[in-house]
Amino acid sequence: MRRLKLFLPLVVFAVLAGFFIKGLELDPRALPSALLEKPLPAFKLPDLDSPGETLDNEAVLGSPALVNVWATWCPSCAVEHSFLNYLREKEGVTIIGVNYKDNVDKARVWLDEKGNPYRFNVVDLDGRFGIDLGITGAPETYLVDANGVVQMRYQGPLDRNVWEQKFKPRYLELLMGGQ
Amino acid sequence: MLRLLASFCLLWSMSAQAVIETYQFDSPELRDRYHVFVKELRCPKCQNQNLEDSNAGVASDLRREVHRLLHEGYSDDEIYDYMVARYGEFVLYRPKASGITLYLWLAPAVLLVLAIGTVTIIVKRSSQQRDEVLADAASRERLQRVLDSVEEESDKS
Repeated sequence: MRRLKLFLPLVVFAVLAGFFIKGLELDPRALPSALLEKPLPAFKLPDLDSPGETLDNEAVLGSPALVNVWATWCPSCAVEHSFLNYLREKEGVTIIGVNYKDNVDKARVWLDEKGNPYRFNVVDLDGRFGIDLGITGAPETYLVDANGVVQMRYQGPLDRNVWEQKFKPRYLELLMGGQ
Repeated sequence: MLRLLASFCLLWSMSAQAVIETYQFDSPELRDRYHVFVKELRCPKCQNQNLEDSNAGVASDLRREVHRLLHEGYSDDEIYDYMVARYGEFVLYRPKASGITLYLWLAPAVLLVLAIGTVTIIVKRSSQQRDEVLADAASRERLQRVLDSVEEESDKS
């Protein structure tokens, strides 16, 4: 028994090391979304493509979709844009854009130049809808099911790794479930 | 030299002017409540700053929201609920004592009890050990006395 006690420091070390190793993988900035398993917040916002018209939650219903918050002033959005194009073209994913605190004209030019992966874009000029979503910046991406319930949230630029590992399995599940 | 000093002073005054934003308040009471909120709410972007200190876009948006909600007559609890509904318990520097945050509130008390318990046990043990040593000393004395008397016996013969 006395002997065993000598191993106590080793045990303490092992436990601490375990926490630290886990800590290396955790991103303290990645907050759990308060919206998970809840319906997408109500919105009624201008349509980027057809000025004067507004869109609301109805437009999101019907099929699982990605809701992507972006802006032309956001460098990471430029990084993820080509991957969003790929998702739209090659995998047929429905992507809905939230143009966040942006210049509307610049946003239209951006979509003309880089291609438009979005089924439609709503304009969140003052960032109110962004706050309702609980975003901390752009880009952020939400996976929403056919009933408009938020399933997942990712902060930062979407890329192949994140898509394949985090979103795709759940997305396919939702796609199957919906049929 | 004086000119250099003067230009330095000018530089300082410029930086002092770079205020984030100014809000008008309908009453001093609202202003006081606003300042409590921006101190007690945490910026979700730059995580170790409150809303008041942070320059992040989302922090300035949230300050604007606090200002708006206050003027729309929201109560303190309603404003906290509004923030928690969007950003989770994380935004509160003083989280409510319920659910998973209960650990945060109880941990200090539990640790204190554990610490006091440990110290008590250690103190008790060491006093016990001292008693043992004393007891040992008493028997050693007796032993010595026996040895001495044996020696005396052998000296005599």
